[in-house]
Amino acid sequence: MVKSLKQVNVYLLLLPALVLLLVFTHYPAVATLIDSFMSTPKGGRSAVFIGAENYLVMIDDPVFWRSLINNLWFAAVTIPISVALSLVMALWVNNKLAGTWFLRTSFFLPTILPMIAVANIWIFFYTPGYGLINQLLQTFGFSSRNWLGDPSLALGAVIVVAIWKQSGFFMIFYLAALQSLSPSYREAADIEGASSWYFFRRIQWPLLMPTTIFVLINAVIDAFRMVDHIFVMTHGGPDNASSVLLYYLYEIGFKFWDQGYASALTVVLMGALAVIGLVQFFALDRKAHY
Amino acid sequence: MRTASSWLSNLAAWLLALIWVCPLLYAVWAAVHPTEYATRFVLFAPFTVEHFAQAWQAAPFANYFGNTILLVIMILSIQLVICTLAAYCFARYEFLGKNILFALVLVQLTVMPEILIVKNYQTLSSVGLVDTLFGIGLPYFASAFAIFLLRQTFRSIPNELVEAATMEGATSMQILRHVYVPLAKPTYVAFALVSVSYHWNNFLWPLVVSNSVSSRPLTVGLQVFSSTDQGIDWSIITAATLLSCAPLLLGFLIFQRQFVQSFMRAGIK
Repeated sequence: MVKSLKQVNVYLLLLPALVLLLVFTHYPAVATLIDSFMSTPKGGRSAVFIGAENYLVMIDDPVFWRSLINNLWFAAVTIPISVALSLVMALWVNNKLAGTWFLRTSFFLPTILPMIAVANIWIFFYTPGYGLINQLLQTFGFSSRNWLGDPSLALGAVIVVAIWKQSGFFMIFYLAALQSLSPSYREAADIEGASSWYFFRRIQWPLLMPTTIFVLINAVIDAFRMVDHIFVMTHGGPDNASSVLLYYLYEIGFKFWDQGYASALTVVLMGALAVIGLVQFFALDRKAHY
Repeated sequence: MRTASSWLSNLAAWLLALIWVCPLLYAVWAAVHPTEYATRFVLFAPFTVEHFAQAWQAAPFANYFGNTILLVIMILSIQLVICTLAAYCFARYEFLGKNILFALVLVQLTVMPEILIVKNYQTLSSVGLVDTLFGIGLPYFASAFAIFLLRQTFRSIPNELVEAATMEGATSMQILRHVYVPLAKPTYVAFALVSVSYHWNNFLWPLVVSNSVSSRPLTVGLQVFSSTDQGIDWSIITAATLLSCAPLLLGFLIFQRQFVQSFMRAGIK
């Protein structure tokens, strides 16, 4: 009795969700693309078509390139480390080491706390002079450094916080996958006398492949939208050393109110995410084979 | 050999876990001790709750709390209704354009509202919803994630139950209310926890939309508080920080198992 609801009613039930998605996802995505070829309306003048002008500005804009390269570094360092850490954490928690409760809680805790709030705490770790990291360094005879104020260190400092924040989140997915693996694999491996490294490499790792791909895709998406801590810790500075695309987009859009250029930046971000989406769509099914 | 390596991995696990809670433990230390002990770790440093009281008075945190709680409740309850209806259609009925519409829903999983802040801000200001809680929540009411999650759950519900209810003469809406929704309860709990913690912590969009105490949620309020006044001392900021995470933190510590399992459930699509 699939047809018991009239077609019209089905559309009525779908309507609220579809209208909202249309207004706040599809329409802005398309409108942003159009706006990126328009000038920014100023005073009485409305926006006019200016072709690829905004994109030409972008190509000549060193801050854009700085933010893009920073973003790629941010992704390239954050993703492998946090995924690897999350897997190790999941294996530890899954192995029922002593104090599993404490381990799981500690690893997962950063995930549920507001990034804005925890970034405040991290600032204090990084503060020059009396900050905790510097105190620790000085205890061991190293010199104190200005972690957030030094252009060569700021991005790294921000990356550490990102890894700390998201590893526990990814751990959950690995943990769920590990717990769904049949215990008979482990028993068989024990009978054969396989080492735990061998067991991990030949049994667990291949079986966890779908989870790894799922986590990787989420990590890539997160790498382009994790900016909250940058607002608190560095404001993209010093000298744009820790600015990333979304942060720069915010500055252009809401500090300089340059709508045309902000739209072009949004298009770049959407482009990056669309590529990720397509990779997900095509690669996921094929690679996630047992 | 085996015991030695497992002993080592135990040690490493505990070491990493300690590093992981270190920032939070430190925040607690700084918040409950007088300022002069903020970086001096003395076992018998005097205890104080003064910083919490000072932080609470230094900024309209009561308003911010109220805003965040309202926001989170509003978003979750509207999401549940809208997304349940949509998921029900996608899970149970055949209709023209179903696959295309579902694909259009899934677009939101990659192109999130955060990315589209510039255009969405214009949309909000053109209908006069800037600086309102409703405006902050609006782009999140239709959640592709919720629709996806609920559709998966609804599809796993045995057809016999639905047929039995139909035989009894139940209407579609009655079947949804009395068969689908009760059986999907774990999914609802999972989604609710994910949604609440997401919107409690959300920052960028509320920052853009709110510009007064009347609509500012905790995250934005905390940022305004800790960045404007240079004179505020460190202990008060940590106290304010802890205050703003306290409800989630307590909820998590009490319902830890539930939380972890919910995030797991939400993650396995």
